[in-house]
Amino acid sequence: MPEVTTDDAADDGDGIQIDMISAERMEGMRTMEKIRLILDGVHDDNIVILEDGLDPDEESKLIERTMSEINPDGFTGIEIETYPGNGADDGGFLGRLMGNDDPSKLTVIGPANRIETLHKDETLISTLVTRR
Amino acid sequence: MGLLTDLRSSISRATSSLFAGSEPKRIGIYGPPNAGKTTLANRIARDWTGDAVGPESHVPHETRRARRKENVEIKRNGKSVTIDVVDTPGVTTKVDYKEFLEHDIEEEDAVRRSREATEGVAEAMHWLREDVDGVIYVLDATEDPFTQVNTMLVGIIESQDLPVLIFANKIDLEEASVQRVSNAFPQHETVPLSALEGDNMDEVYDTIAEHFG
Repeated sequence: MPEVTTDDAADDGDGIQIDMISAERMEGMRTMEKIRLILDGVHDDNIVILEDGLDPDEESKLIERTMSEINPDGFTGIEIETYPGNGADDGGFLGRLMGNDDPSKLTVIGPANRIETLHKDETLISTLVTRR
Repeated sequence: MGLLTDLRSSISRATSSLFAGSEPKRIGIYGPPNAGKTTLANRIARDWTGDAVGPESHVPHETRRARRKENVEIKRNGKSVTIDVVDTPGVTTKVDYKEFLEHDIEEEDAVRRSREATEGVAEAMHWLREDVDGVIYVLDATEDPFTQVNTMLVGIIESQDLPVLIFANKIDLEEASVQRVSNAFPQHETVPLSALEGDNMDEVYDTIAEHFG
């Protein structure tokens, strides 16, 4: 499977690279492989969009790994947004018990210093992405 | 709705039975930075043991290590429950040392604090996966609860099948909206309180005893 590489134009600061990663590409990857794929992209200042998101255990380890890579001289962490969220009415323990366990959740992850969520509700995520 | 109610009761009984042993339950106090977690931990510890857990501050990430107050015995309605209160650092996905500079902290100290904060968040996540028996999730009721960190954290807690209570803190402030908090997480019981002022602590202790006892 080919590696995701940073385009020269994005590398020069002329644009913003967006890596849209399919569920198929993530399928079969171990947790740390997924986290590495995401964080390598974010370290390259890319916006990473996952078709299928991460499960809660993977999200927990992503936070833990992100914390260990924060550096006062550069990387300040990640901004992450997921659609649909599980807060309003269909998620949670009860939802899973009732068989409502659809794991697909579009997830947007980017460097904390370049991506800012402007608005989020049940049907819309509005995000501002800034150049370096 | 009846089926859901029955199911919720069954789950409540099942999780209660997990706690049938005599060992104190480790109850992790989680939430985003500046939600009032340490103020709550101190309030609980002072009310039942006379001691505090740690220093409180308006500066984010004042708690940078998980701190435990052991054997806090809460007596309610003739019953008692003994818990270890674990006050954890506020969970976030980003830490920028420059945020500390806004609180009149010198750069060197800010860098040190940010490094400790990142270690603390990682430690809090580790505790959540392996070392707590139940969770009190504290939210600042004056803030929007529909954040990704809150959604992720509650999802992570649920995936661990840990019993959880949502505490809507800072109800002494005019902008507080308990309804907004309970709307965000309707699958869990929401308890309003002001840990700082001690408002509604009777209900807080009743609920802790009921859920974790």
